[in-house]
Amino acid sequence: MRIRREIRARKALRDRIAYHGIGIGAAFFFLAPFAVSFLASFRPNSESGRPPLPPWPLSGLSFDAYRALDSFGSGIWQHMFNSLVVSIGTVVLTVAVSVLAGYGFSRYRFPFKNALFVLIIATLMIPFQSILTPLFIILARLGLNNSLLGLMLVYVTLQLPFSVFMMRNAFDAVPKEIEEAARIDGARDLRLLVRVLLPLVMPGIATVSIFAFLNAWNEFFAALVLLSSNDNYTLPVLMTAVRAGRLGAINWGAVEAGVAVMVVPCLFVFLLLQRYYMRGLMAGAVK
Amino acid sequence: MMTSSLTSTTRRSRLKRKSGWRGLVYIAPAMGLVTIFFVLPVLFTLWMSLHKWPLLGEPAWIGLRNYTRMFTDARFFNALGFTAHYTLIVTIAIFAVAFPLALFVEKQRPLVSLYRTIVFLPVVVGLASASLLWVWLANVDSGLFAPLFDMLGLTAGRINLLAKFDTAFMTIIVMVVWKIAGFTMIILLTGLQAIPTELTEAARIDGAGGWQRFRHLTLPLMRRTMALALILSVTGSILAFDQFYIMTSGGPQNKMISVVYYIFNQSFVSFNLGYGAALSIALLLILVTLSVVQLWLLKVGDERP
Repeated sequence: MRIRREIRARKALRDRIAYHGIGIGAAFFFLAPFAVSFLASFRPNSESGRPPLPPWPLSGLSFDAYRALDSFGSGIWQHMFNSLVVSIGTVVLTVAVSVLAGYGFSRYRFPFKNALFVLIIATLMIPFQSILTPLFIILARLGLNNSLLGLMLVYVTLQLPFSVFMMRNAFDAVPKEIEEAARIDGARDLRLLVRVLLPLVMPGIATVSIFAFLNAWNEFFAALVLLSSNDNYTLPVLMTAVRAGRLGAINWGAVEAGVAVMVVPCLFVFLLLQRYYMRGLMAGAVK
Repeated sequence: MMTSSLTSTTRRSRLKRKSGWRGLVYIAPAMGLVTIFFVLPVLFTLWMSLHKWPLLGEPAWIGLRNYTRMFTDARFFNALGFTAHYTLIVTIAIFAVAFPLALFVEKQRPLVSLYRTIVFLPVVVGLASASLLWVWLANVDSGLFAPLFDMLGLTAGRINLLAKFDTAFMTIIVMVVWKIAGFTMIILLTGLQAIPTELTEAARIDGAGGWQRFRHLTLPLMRRTMALALILSVTGSILAFDQFYIMTSGGPQNKMISVVYYIFNQSFVSFNLGYGAALSIALLLILVTLSVVQLWLLKVGDERP
């Protein structure tokens, strides 16, 4: 009896070691590139050309890499500002447009309702990479070429299928009685939507926001094509200049610093709002 | 999902009086954006593809000649071939890593959500950021891999990973797996968790071994989820651009020009906007075909018990 229990205990221990062994191994593979790059970004100029072995600074913490990054384009603050404006603008507009549309699709009947909903969702099928040339020309006609607002509007449109779908489901889940009660109290239309319903669909709004933010902050291809002047570059486009280097020499310190500047906000937002992010992912997967 | 759609139909029938045009006002902004920035550009792409369309000067109607040109364009076929090759290899690699990971994080165990989160972290950063990070890691002089492999005695001297097609391709595959595997893992995880535990328990009691349970129970019940993960991986890979542009600039001897990269070169480097539009329509048709196949695959999965 005791022997059997001992064998079982030993097997459990072995399982646990194997489990955490694999877990730590996987965690190392997925974390190490971030860790190495963050640590290396604090090395002084004298070390930044050397391989990151070890990755941490040997002769004291230094912000040389970030200073070097700042010397590209119109300065790192300008480009961070551009990226932030585009991302936050995309979030605000996406939320506004998709809350209205989600409410409309959930609560009203109107002609061609299903066809219009399918049309919005169907844009997912078409890769936006294939319509960039006309977008470029249409934006130029609207006087929005090489403008952050133009880029923002394109990003909002790309977010719509997912966001409208999410918000319609969010409104569908709100019990009708709440709306009735508010209506009896005299709240109507937009006031009803903003005062009564908006707090109830906040989780949906959080999900829509985090996806809009991350996608706008990270998007590279459309920004590369649609932005043409240095001042307007978002961070990923600025980084192509850093990556190309000057006179054939690449300042790898500046690359590491740029990666840190682009990556840290994403990780921060994700870890803060992980629950809502995963909800969105699951909703998309189940769909 | 089921319950929400059920309740919404009953709700809708109760809401019949709220009909008419007011709903259209609410969806108008969304429809406006989709029309101006999606529907119009698609139609415009079609229109442009029938023209010789230089950056400056008048476009000239040339009918289907952009399309016939496509069929004799060896570089386009190279791009198609490379993209297909990349899509195949990267999809296999992602599944080979993501499936074991999904099985690994499925059961509720100590620290499992921490492991899950860590594996997922690279998914939320941009592909451009990931490419930049890895192009540094793969740099021969200042990066990590070449000196590390040299130090460990795996290679004789430092090798330039990005200088040869095979090693550069490998590096990009590993980077993309690092970036995407967590996403595929979560998708597969939703499928795994949807399998009723009674079924696995019953199979276990009937004496089915671990592999048998996986082969005859888990895999068949995962068909739908796997089809979804597969399609997401395939469509994403076909549109690959960032990694080739940032990491290898099209690669050694221009061997890493993907379809989107080729369209970018034609449209925005050579400014053959008409031809670029025709190529875009070809890409669009490929993707729409895949989406239709996707819907069909998912439906086939539905009909099975």
